[in-house]
Amino acid sequence: MRLEKAFLAVVIMALVTYIPRALPIIVFRKEIKSNYIKSFLRYVPYAVLGALTFPDIFYSTGNLISAICGTLVALWLSYREKSLVVVALGAIITVYVTGLFL
Amino acid sequence: MKKHLNKKDFSHGLKRGLPIALGYVPVSFTFGLMAVSGGIPVWMAVFISLTNLTSAGQFAGTNLIFDNAGFPEIAITTFIINIRYMLMSLSLTQRLDKTMSFGRRTIISYGVTDEIFSVASMEPGVLTYSFLLGLIIGPVLGWTTGTLLGALICASLPESLGGAMGIALYAMFIAIILPPARKSRPVMIIVLISVAIVCILRYIPIFSAVSSGFRIVIAAIAAAGIGAWLFPAGQDQENAIRQEGDNI
Repeated sequence: MRLEKAFLAVVIMALVTYIPRALPIIVFRKEIKSNYIKSFLRYVPYAVLGALTFPDIFYSTGNLISAICGTLVALWLSYREKSLVVVALGAIITVYVTGLFL
Repeated sequence: MKKHLNKKDFSHGLKRGLPIALGYVPVSFTFGLMAVSGGIPVWMAVFISLTNLTSAGQFAGTNLIFDNAGFPEIAITTFIINIRYMLMSLSLTQRLDKTMSFGRRTIISYGVTDEIFSVASMEPGVLTYSFLLGLIIGPVLGWTTGTLLGALICASLPESLGGAMGIALYAMFIAIILPPARKSRPVMIIVLISVAIVCILRYIPIFSAVSSGFRIVIAAIAAAGIGAWLFPAGQDQENAIRQEGDNI
């Protein structure tokens, strides 16, 4: 792709990323009364993050076995309530080290 | 009337944003590597990260740029992947400082990412502009700096380490959802339902036409919908979940 066309593509990507973020915050300001919708919105982040993580995490390293090892370490470190950075580093190092033996 | 920044809120936001910023570095580093190795100039890789500030969407969009795809395809794919931000922003509106101006709303809208949203929504009380601005600045710097480093180092890194970086984002997601899911049975059940639905859509052939972005949208709406019906969260439960978020 030519550079000018790629640049335009990036601007389009930026717009279609910004619009869903901005619309509710700028246009929608009323308080939601329904307990169902409130609960729904409260649960959405967990549902989104769960669906984003599994099963994609198993394909994230190019090798299923190293990815499974990394996932197990991430689960174990998160269960121990380690910080985001420690969990991410632990998973990266595990994948890298298991990758050396595969 | 122009209101000044509340320094206390702002620095509290900065502090909350720091772990996200650090977590973003390895992920955006991978993006920088990927973008430059695919033939995109260093400055454009950084420009993508600065303007898009998202992982899945910009990874997919950049892949399509490599494939010389048309503008409509790039726009629709990126939009579908990013529809989930609408749900997050809608959720945030319920917690925002009601007096926040239009201009300030346009600025903080830019910073709604999975991680910033998660940390913001775990924060007790009203979300002020000062807090959100502080929260957003660190991750933006981390995301763009990581991209720049990855883009610059692209040529000199062994492939095995580049592959290992791919798990960083997902490991972070696990670190965000597991602690609250451990302590709240509804949250755990909702996460499991969501993962089950996404797996069904992915592995059962009749659903193969559903794009990866739509799978996330469908799974999240269904799981949160079922969850809200099974476990309508009272104020106590909301506070309990929010307190768990303090560990992030």
